[in-house]
Amino acid sequence: MTQIISCDLAVIGAGLTGMAASMFAANRGIKTVQVGVTGEIIFASGFLDILGIHPISEKKPWLDPWAGMRELIQDCPDHPYSRLTPEEIQSAIEEYLSFVKDFGVPHYWEKTHNIEMMTPQGTLKLTGCVPQTMKNAVLALREKPPGLIVDIKGLKGFSSHQIVDNLKETWPDIRSASIAFPDSTHLGEIYPEYMARSLEAGISRKKLAAIILPHVKNAKIVGIPAIMGIHRSLEVQADMGSLIGARIFEIPTLPPSVPGLRLKEMFEEALPEKGVQQFLQQRVTAVLPELDNCFMLNIAGGNTQEQKIRCKGILLATGRFFGKGLTADRKRIRESLFDLPVFQPVSRSNWYRMDFLDPKGHPIHQAGLEIDDNFRPVSASGIPAFSNLFAAGSILAHQDWIRQKCGSGLAIATAYGAVSSFIKLGF
Amino acid sequence: MQIHKTQALIIGGGATGTGIARDLALRGVACILVERRDISAGASGSNHGLLHSGARYVLNDAMTSMECREESLLLKALAPHCVEDTGGMFVAIEGDDASYIAEFPNLCAICGIPVEAIDPKAAKELEPELSDRVIAAYLTPDASVDPFKLSLENISHARKLGATLLCHHQVLGFEMEKGRICRVRLIHTESGEEVFIEADQVINASGAWTAEIAALAGISIPMVYSQGSLLVTSDRITQRVINRLHPPGDGDILVPGGTVSLLGTTSVQIDAPDHAHPSIPEIDRIVDQASLMIPMLEFARYIRAYSGVRPLIGSHTEDGGRSESRGFAVLDHEKDGLVNFVTIAGGKLTTYRLMAEKGADLVCQRLGVSSPCLTRTQPLPDSPECQWSEPGLSPKLWFRAHNVGDMLLCECEMVPQSVVEGVISVIQEQNMKPDLKSISLRSRIGKGPCQGAFCSLRVSTYLHDRDARYSDRNLTCISDFLRERWKGLRPVLWGGQLMQAELQEALQCGLLNLELHAKELTRNDSNYFL
Repeated sequence: MTQIISCDLAVIGAGLTGMAASMFAANRGIKTVQVGVTGEIIFASGFLDILGIHPISEKKPWLDPWAGMRELIQDCPDHPYSRLTPEEIQSAIEEYLSFVKDFGVPHYWEKTHNIEMMTPQGTLKLTGCVPQTMKNAVLALREKPPGLIVDIKGLKGFSSHQIVDNLKETWPDIRSASIAFPDSTHLGEIYPEYMARSLEAGISRKKLAAIILPHVKNAKIVGIPAIMGIHRSLEVQADMGSLIGARIFEIPTLPPSVPGLRLKEMFEEALPEKGVQQFLQQRVTAVLPELDNCFMLNIAGGNTQEQKIRCKGILLATGRFFGKGLTADRKRIRESLFDLPVFQPVSRSNWYRMDFLDPKGHPIHQAGLEIDDNFRPVSASGIPAFSNLFAAGSILAHQDWIRQKCGSGLAIATAYGAVSSFIKLGF
Repeated sequence: MQIHKTQALIIGGGATGTGIARDLALRGVACILVERRDISAGASGSNHGLLHSGARYVLNDAMTSMECREESLLLKALAPHCVEDTGGMFVAIEGDDASYIAEFPNLCAICGIPVEAIDPKAAKELEPELSDRVIAAYLTPDASVDPFKLSLENISHARKLGATLLCHHQVLGFEMEKGRICRVRLIHTESGEEVFIEADQVINASGAWTAEIAALAGISIPMVYSQGSLLVTSDRITQRVINRLHPPGDGDILVPGGTVSLLGTTSVQIDAPDHAHPSIPEIDRIVDQASLMIPMLEFARYIRAYSGVRPLIGSHTEDGGRSESRGFAVLDHEKDGLVNFVTIAGGKLTTYRLMAEKGADLVCQRLGVSSPCLTRTQPLPDSPECQWSEPGLSPKLWFRAHNVGDMLLCECEMVPQSVVEGVISVIQEQNMKPDLKSISLRSRIGKGPCQGAFCSLRVSTYLHDRDARYSDRNLTCISDFLRERWKGLRPVLWGGQLMQAELQEALQCGLLNLELHAKELTRNDSNYFL
């Protein structure tokens, strides 16, 4: 007979929202099970966006994300951020940052300001926080010391020449160099993960530093692709810096990239340590509401036997289309697991605008689950579909995380809000 | 100010224009071909790639049918590297007109097209995706043709014979004197420079833009702009060209194109050729109709849609131009008072060679050149630089070469940097600047499931690394390229392709801020459409 696993809260989803929700729940002593396929989180660049742009049609940037948020909440009272106060959102992000720091992935932020960071194409982007390994870049973009950007032969979509040409106008004293990664000439194409794991060994760092060193010359600071280790990136960074005799920083590569991988591996280690029972690479195959107001989940995946989970509440963090929380056929958009009502444009003709880069953004991104003040998806009549079903993250309606540059902030804040509501309502 | 002199000036770089250039060059006539955008930018690059046996037109247009029969046989023999001789099948399903089904083999016989009746069970064994509701099936000699390769090969051969190609050259006006066009005024759209061409003969082969070019010479040609939209599936669905056995309608042809299948087409009258784009209702009609014939088309993944404009000569009709003749016309403008001007318009991709022959005959007669047309007997050369538009070729050669240093810049279609390098040198040799658009036209870059989301960045980085003059500051080329791809992506965004689009926007806009850097589209932009 199948064993039944009992818990208080079942978090469905293993993207940033699911990880953050499991963390908040574990920190509050809630017996938590997490189910989901990790995949989306490795597409993370490492940038932690809180709020960059509002209104998107005016492309208006905000140096102070909290001031931007107050205006956003006023203009868009249905935005998921408006279910929380900026203070609550800030404390949610602080709790998240302190957790990831404790488990070896510290971040850099300036709390009251967004910071400017370079993208893999050398353009600049405003974001809330960056991994600590990128901090020196943020400072260098302000101080503009003599700098060097290094790329690696065989790493596609990352050209130091292109980055330097794009940065030169604002940072004139900057050069580029292209090097071969140690012992890689037989490989041709080379992947960031391979290099990151390799650099965890001191001998690889020595070899790489020896190759970079002749290019350093007068440079006080050196930027390289994000490859400085998976688990011990600060140690790798410090050692590399002293070996080349200059400050060093990371620039994100095209996804899937190492900063995303670091988050994934860190959460997969940290959450079980905090008591979260994880069933990753598994999917929920059925959900049955029980008579006593609990849910029974069937989960399965890979070659594992089907298992059952009994929980007092569910937190849905299944994401949008790429995460498979929402699915679309030619006629309409559906929520994948419960077939919950989805707020959406009237027809497919209204999903996307004619211009991919239309400043107004695409209406489909506003589609998703509508929630009450307790982050519970509501039915057509406006009442919660289930008293103990919560939702968080990008599946929520009335936001455009891509254009508003608020993806990570939305994930963390709404996960915090949903877990808080779960507690407040006494489950 | 640049002035070129030549015997013949050809306007339009589609199948007809490139075909005329080759035909004239083979007869020893010096010629220049000018094209507003790039080779195959119009209907020649946005059609089904169907080499018609003629069977589709037996009921309404026997003349076109017979021309297709003859020309498809010639192309199979003379340009086998551009053709996949898939064979065709016409199928009727429950409810289709029984009298048309019965009449079909007789009509084919009248036009000389060999057909073979097979029973529905045998048809399903040959093509397992066919509906169980098939009630009649005929095998026909239809085939598929790579339209990009065809035009590229024609112009490549013409250039080897001495012809000149000027892409991104738009005709602005004609200077006329004593019943002749004495000078053609053009603009090089990339540099903004004015260019003049003095030619003994001027040939208008501008497809959907025929009337606009003729109007510059004060000549009015009535045209029907019939938009046909098509869908590309992510996998090849059938081995043969499948036609529905009924009077032509929406969504009744499925043509294999290497590793994919192309499904179409609609026929919607539009007011101007520049406004063509596939609409969502059109795409829905195609899928609804085609699923009756091949049920899995309801659930297939579509990676893109596109529209071409059929340049039909005639006046406006009620059915979007469906019933206009697919025949072509050589218009001798001597009757309009211009002795050195001719227009060649209408027709099908299948009959492009014949159109070129007829046009070149008239031009040669006027020039006093007596050499006969050679395209009926001379094989179209197979040149290595024209091969990269063929789906599936690049991975095959890449695997075979097994060169670890040759990285794949497009992972969906497996296009390595060596292919991009080859394409770049062809583009440079044609006096153009290599960019994402021109590279993608000559290869499979951006044509796989990701539709350029990742490869646009890899190629742009590669171009920059190779030569900083190709720098894409502020990601302008990427924006242009993605906006152009978007026209075709937007109507097929549901299911798997919608997930892909979300990932693309998260990357291009979420991470790289593309939307903040991009210029807003204006009415003059080629990616602006209503």
